[in-house]
Amino acid sequence: MRNYSVFAVTDGQDSPSVSTPHVATQNTPQTAPETAERTVEQPAVQDRQWEATHGDAAAVKQDTSDGVHVVPSPVPHPSDDFQEELVLRPLHSGDIYASFQFRVRWDTDFTRGNKVSHYRLFPKSLGHVISKFSVRELHISFTQGYWRTMQWGQPFLPSPPGAELWVWFQDSVTDVDGTWRELTNVLSGIFCASLNFIDSTNTVQPSASFKPLGIGNVTDHRFLRYATLPREIVCTENLTPWKKLLPCGSKAGLAVLLKSEKLFHSSFHSQAVHIRPVCQDWQCKTTSWELRQTMNVVFDLHTSGQGKREWSLFKMFSRTLTEACPLASSSKIYIDITDNPQGEQFELSPPSPLLSQAVVMGDRRTFSVYDLTQQTTFGTTRSLNVLIRWKSSEGHMLRPLLHAERYVAGYGLQTGEIHTLMYNNHPYRSFPVLLLDSVPWYLRLYIHTLTVTSKGKSNNPSYIHYQPSKDRVRPHLLEMLIQLPPNSVTEVTVQFERALLKWTEYTPDPNHGFYVGSSVVSSLVPSIVAMDTNSTQERPLFSSFFPCKEESSYFVRVYTEPLLVNLPTPDFSMPYNVICLTCTVVAVGYGSLYNLLTRSFQIEEPSPGLAKRLANIIRKIRGVPPL
Amino acid sequence: MATTEVERRRGQLAALSIAAVVIIVGIPLWWRTTETYRAWLPVSQIKELADLQLQLSADVEVVFARGTVTPEQQKKVPLTQSQEEEVIIDGDTSLRYRYEIRYRTATIMEEDALNQPTPAVADLSLHTLSESPCGSLVVYVIPESSSLLPQDVDVYIGQRRTALLRIGGFVGKTLEQLLAHLEPRIKQVLQIMSFSNTDITAALSDRVRPSPGNRGSKADSMRAFKSSPGYEITFSLLNPDPKSHRLHWDIEGAVQTYIQPLLTKLSLVANFSIDSQMLYYTMLGVNPRFDSSSSTYTLNADSLAHVINPVEARLGSNAASSNPVLNFLLYVPDAQHSPLYIHDRKKQQVPSNAFHSPRWGGIMVYNVDAFYGEEATFPIDININMAKVMGVFLAQLRLLLGVQSSTPPSGFLVAPCGSTGLADWELDRLMWSRSVENVATATTTITSLAQLLDQISNIVINDNIAQQVSSAVTSLQLAVAELEAGNLGFALQYSKEAILASERAFFDPSLLHLLYFPDDQKFAIYIPLFLPMCVPILLSLLKIVSEVRQRHREKKAKND
Repeated sequence: MRNYSVFAVTDGQDSPSVSTPHVATQNTPQTAPETAERTVEQPAVQDRQWEATHGDAAAVKQDTSDGVHVVPSPVPHPSDDFQEELVLRPLHSGDIYASFQFRVRWDTDFTRGNKVSHYRLFPKSLGHVISKFSVRELHISFTQGYWRTMQWGQPFLPSPPGAELWVWFQDSVTDVDGTWRELTNVLSGIFCASLNFIDSTNTVQPSASFKPLGIGNVTDHRFLRYATLPREIVCTENLTPWKKLLPCGSKAGLAVLLKSEKLFHSSFHSQAVHIRPVCQDWQCKTTSWELRQTMNVVFDLHTSGQGKREWSLFKMFSRTLTEACPLASSSKIYIDITDNPQGEQFELSPPSPLLSQAVVMGDRRTFSVYDLTQQTTFGTTRSLNVLIRWKSSEGHMLRPLLHAERYVAGYGLQTGEIHTLMYNNHPYRSFPVLLLDSVPWYLRLYIHTLTVTSKGKSNNPSYIHYQPSKDRVRPHLLEMLIQLPPNSVTEVTVQFERALLKWTEYTPDPNHGFYVGSSVVSSLVPSIVAMDTNSTQERPLFSSFFPCKEESSYFVRVYTEPLLVNLPTPDFSMPYNVICLTCTVVAVGYGSLYNLLTRSFQIEEPSPGLAKRLANIIRKIRGVPPL
Repeated sequence: MATTEVERRRGQLAALSIAAVVIIVGIPLWWRTTETYRAWLPVSQIKELADLQLQLSADVEVVFARGTVTPEQQKKVPLTQSQEEEVIIDGDTSLRYRYEIRYRTATIMEEDALNQPTPAVADLSLHTLSESPCGSLVVYVIPESSSLLPQDVDVYIGQRRTALLRIGGFVGKTLEQLLAHLEPRIKQVLQIMSFSNTDITAALSDRVRPSPGNRGSKADSMRAFKSSPGYEITFSLLNPDPKSHRLHWDIEGAVQTYIQPLLTKLSLVANFSIDSQMLYYTMLGVNPRFDSSSSTYTLNADSLAHVINPVEARLGSNAASSNPVLNFLLYVPDAQHSPLYIHDRKKQQVPSNAFHSPRWGGIMVYNVDAFYGEEATFPIDININMAKVMGVFLAQLRLLLGVQSSTPPSGFLVAPCGSTGLADWELDRLMWSRSVENVATATTTITSLAQLLDQISNIVINDNIAQQVSSAVTSLQLAVAELEAGNLGFALQYSKEAILASERAFFDPSLLHLLYFPDDQKFAIYIPLFLPMCVPILLSLLKIVSEVRQRHREKKAKND
């Protein structure tokens, strides 16, 4: 076993754009594949081979070098490339987090005049969308369930419950709103989702929270549209078109695991599509387009795992793996074994000789790697069923540094108050966060009641962008830059009044309540590595005096829970009742008036009463004159 | 007594005036507030269009080369002559074909051109001499002795709008006899190069219920796509076995070389956009049968119908446009089911190994088992021979677009359609039938829209719909007039505009949300108001009437 210790650190996430306005200038959006190679001594694990996780260049080289060319004519070099990977992370709660990523990169340019029309790996339908609507960047996610940050830590790709769509258009688009409307309709057809319900009443243009993640320096938020549909239910009809976009479909590779009956029997399920332009090489003279399809699932210990702390691919997906997608240049399974360096927490079988390290979410994680393109991975049984068996349920999780939650307070159906709580769990560093709130117009925010308090004191936001709502036209947009003091809870409250809707504006089940989309908290959070105060273990002294720059902070986006607010709902049979009642009242009034006007009145001799008549009869018998 | 009489009169007057107020103010007010907005439509013009009388005219020039007419005859050559033919399709559709035939003798330059060694060269040089406009034809009558045409060929149809006609053993003396001799043959040429009755009737299939008899022509007419302002052409390479085959196709170059010239030529008829994709792990819907005698797999003609459906789910539609899609699939069978051949109904191998589906597209099976060498290791890199593939697809594309390739009668030689894949006269034929089809479709759309709006009085007709309808009607009238005048290009242009405007009006979403108020609900709402109000008014009116009648009778009795 060679003991060379070269490894490349690749970001698990491509470094996201910086969203805080005050740092945006010094840290322009950058997504060039950052492969900082370093030689570090590796004392801990001697008997394992470290695998170099290079960028795409190596993979492509490998792709073309093998295989015997039987065709005399030269084979054209493919300009696109497909990668697939699955990350499994055992969670401390006993649940398991599975994150699929499928990436197609294509060296082409949709923005130029020449029409792109010949597709190989990139799906044609999305290509048409990009070129027709001049999309520069498109992010769409469908999520069922809520990500429990405090139990599970940070996800690789955060997403709010329901559907979320945000799009950057190219600056050549003149009618952004019209294009956005058409685009949402087309996407709704492609993904079988109710994205066509996105209209001006739930679309906002965030000024700072959503910056482009790809290359390009247009940051004018006129070309950005952001909308969420918190009510959207995600199910198989959204999964099928999503799977259809994959080059291998669900026939080969990691995608065979995506069986809907298992995926939807989980605590959290999120599927997403991200399209953006990225650099073709390190010089970044030409762009390529990247389509990233991600699927994040959390399987529950009790419902899917039957309470046993033992997970396998078969138990999670009711499938095992037999081959990689033949079109993929790389196809890997990563298993997060950071908390398990010596195998004392859980046991992995079959064991993998390959290890890889990556800095994810400001934390250096160690992964066990299974390379599906190698036949040896599948062993003699020709199928791979990774098994994780817990040995002890001990262990603690580092609390996530940033965490947010939200609720509605107040009573009655007239007014209420939205509380947003943001937790900074860092022991000694404060950091700024950007809070984005998009509230529908029928909750009329009283912006003068906005208060931000942390540690009992008022905390003035350094930047506020507020766009008031217009009834039936646009929602409220509130963006604030707030400094969170260390180890504190910051509370943002704002009061609102509930509007009365027109009777056609109510949903079919109005007593269920109305959803308000999640607030978005975006921030550059100080790294956990930098937080490591007792950095004595496993690190050479020369590396530990100054905290190193690229790990000192990382980007996090946290979504709060969506709110469910009750609005005053009328009795819907009322209009008809009112019509009937009014008509009757009018008719009665009219009838008496009519009678008064048309009847002629005569004085009639009143007929004598009964007593008088009886008296008269008696008098008649007696022969006395009547009364 | 007098006071009661006054009271009664006052009561009657009051009842009458209330009734008057209800009738004069109430009912018009209710009517105005509940009526739907309906803009004015040119109903009478639409009714005129429902009764469609189309006249197609083509200009034909018959040029006599030297040696075909004697100088005496030459002097008597009539300048123009027109032939008409009327066809009544059904009660409200009739057609009239009209050929304006002009006779003249060849100019010196044309004579030179006709002396070229081969007909193709002659055709080209005649084309450079004078370019005949869209829809017109030139027939050159050449002497019997001319060596231009091969021995057994009487008529040569060129790539452009010219035909060469050998005079064919004419012996008569007078010009009338000559013309009478030529006429049937000129007519035959015209049938091929210009509109023919079958084409035009097929194009009218939207309006006319087809007679049950002719199944063959019906199949022909149903094969081609319906006329549309644009088409999406999608080439898909299906690779069900990417583990064994790594396929490469130069689709971009092939489209440029083979398809684009044809589409450039057809750009007058419609807009085309081309794209291509590769699909992996796409299976056919049927399992091919293994033929042990030749160790090949076969697909029978009967099972071809089931091939498309499972594939189509993967093809994906173009989300960004609503034009019809022409699909061309190239299927490379997987290594286990290779080679795969398509057999026709007579159990014979189809030489092209391809088939097409009407109004959908074509599928070609491309076998790659020749590449499996002795030492070949999977996956094999395979470059697809695009010339072979595109030849098949081009033929299918012509069929699906409705370029009819009718077999010429004996003695006719049709020039092969050079690099563009389409001769000028074929384009003309297509344009004739497309114009007629567009006119027929637009008239049916507009008349059925007018009928619908007439029947359902709840539909709101906005001004923009009225405007679309009017512009459709105007374009239709113009298109019909241009067809009559023989300006084919303009006629097609106007007919396209008409079809666009009529479809826009017909599918306008504002027509959909008709204020849905069924009559029973309407009355449920009105009765509580109307019944108590109307009953006293009616009763008192009745009473007044009966009183008036009684008084009248009393007066009569008194008079008597």
